[in-house]
Amino acid sequence: MSGTTLFGLCAAALVGLGLYGLICQPGALRKILAFNLIGSGVFLLFGVIAQRGGGVLALAGTGADGDPVPQALVITGLVVAFAATAIAVTLLVRLAETSARGTLEGDEPAPPAPAGERRP
Amino acid sequence: MTSALVVDAALILLVLGLALWITAARAAYGAAVGFVAYGLLLTLVWVRLAAVDVAMTEAALGSGLTGLLLLGAAARLAPYEAAEHQRRPGLGLRVLVGILCAAIAAGLAAVVLLLPDPAPSQALAVAAHLPATGLGNPVTGVLMAYRAVDTLLESVVLVPALIGVWSLSTEMSWGGRPGFLTPCRSGSALPLLARMLPPFGILVGIHLVWAGADDPGGKFQGAAVLAAMWILVMVAGLREPPPVSDRLMRFLLVVGPLCFIGIGAAGIRLAGAFLAYPEAYAKPLIIAIEVGLTISVTAVLGLLLAGPPVPEPQYQRQSRRRS
Repeated sequence: MSGTTLFGLCAAALVGLGLYGLICQPGALRKILAFNLIGSGVFLLFGVIAQRGGGVLALAGTGADGDPVPQALVITGLVVAFAATAIAVTLLVRLAETSARGTLEGDEPAPPAPAGERRP
Repeated sequence: MTSALVVDAALILLVLGLALWITAARAAYGAAVGFVAYGLLLTLVWVRLAAVDVAMTEAALGSGLTGLLLLGAAARLAPYEAAEHQRRPGLGLRVLVGILCAAIAAGLAAVVLLLPDPAPSQALAVAAHLPATGLGNPVTGVLMAYRAVDTLLESVVLVPALIGVWSLSTEMSWGGRPGFLTPCRSGSALPLLARMLPPFGILVGIHLVWAGADDPGGKFQGAAVLAAMWILVMVAGLREPPPVSDRLMRFLLVVGPLCFIGIGAAGIRLAGAFLAYPEAYAKPLIIAIEVGLTISVTAVLGLLLAGPPVPEPQYQRQSRRRS
């Protein structure tokens, strides 16, 4: 078994772990963290595919780099993932400031915000 | 070969251990700290996968900026955390979810083991056509030429993301300064660091953008480093974040995408397709887009971390608290 395959198996495990955290963690910030774990697992799968695709370059004798197309997609993905995380975190902080809770459950009425908090 | 395999296996064990910690840690702050270390280890994984460009992006964005964002949020949300633990699902449900997630991971692992050999690849096609762009780094070539539409959409999507963050402000705070980055207390070592590091950081950032044409690096990596320097200066309290109504700042936010769209539209006339470059000017045009995008991406990344605007009195109060 090669190192590249090992990294692929690691990526699969990361997706599984992230999914578990996303479902089982009650706190929304923990869900965002878990979602980033899933994302990094998916990016790593792309990296494994890029590394395997680079094999043709090694055969042609032009270098040991990976396939640049999946790598470029991962770079694009990392930037977009950061932007999405930033929006999610800002939404969550705003939710906590206005309703004094850090979860997404909205069944019962939220307790009033502590004094001194700004209101919408 | 076997020693490399041992290093890879050790790296994977560390990554998986930290991922377990991020999932299982009791406090969100501890999990966020784990996430920063996890990102740095992933950077090593990317180097092992021969993807140095991705490793740089992961270190700067995935670990650094995302880590700072999550640490800040964890500190702000800590008062509400105690109530979360009671909402944890029961043991039976957790075991069931664990089994299902393990099944999904096993399915993905099977896909990895059954990948076709030899692997399908565009690497040779990219290498064959790279000289036409005047670039030496195939990843930059893919980002700027072959898949330029992806890069365009990505740079444009950052602006709505920032609008989304800004639109979470209250009505009376509109036009104020972003308030997420609470400056540190005076007397800490951070202001000294924020005076000494940026000259080198800015040099490294510009070098990454410039060298990205031929060597690993590029606008996203460079912009992330530049944004990190800007954030360091803001967190140390040496400079305030600009008000969201600042016209110059708003222009800088969109100059990159506008430059990209403008040159892309000119390609319809000059080279026969949207985002096609006339061959004689390919390299100067690509560099012009890269410089414009670097400015815009730096501004967007910094302001995304700086958060929505807060009313001016509250900003002054936050700033006074530190001094």
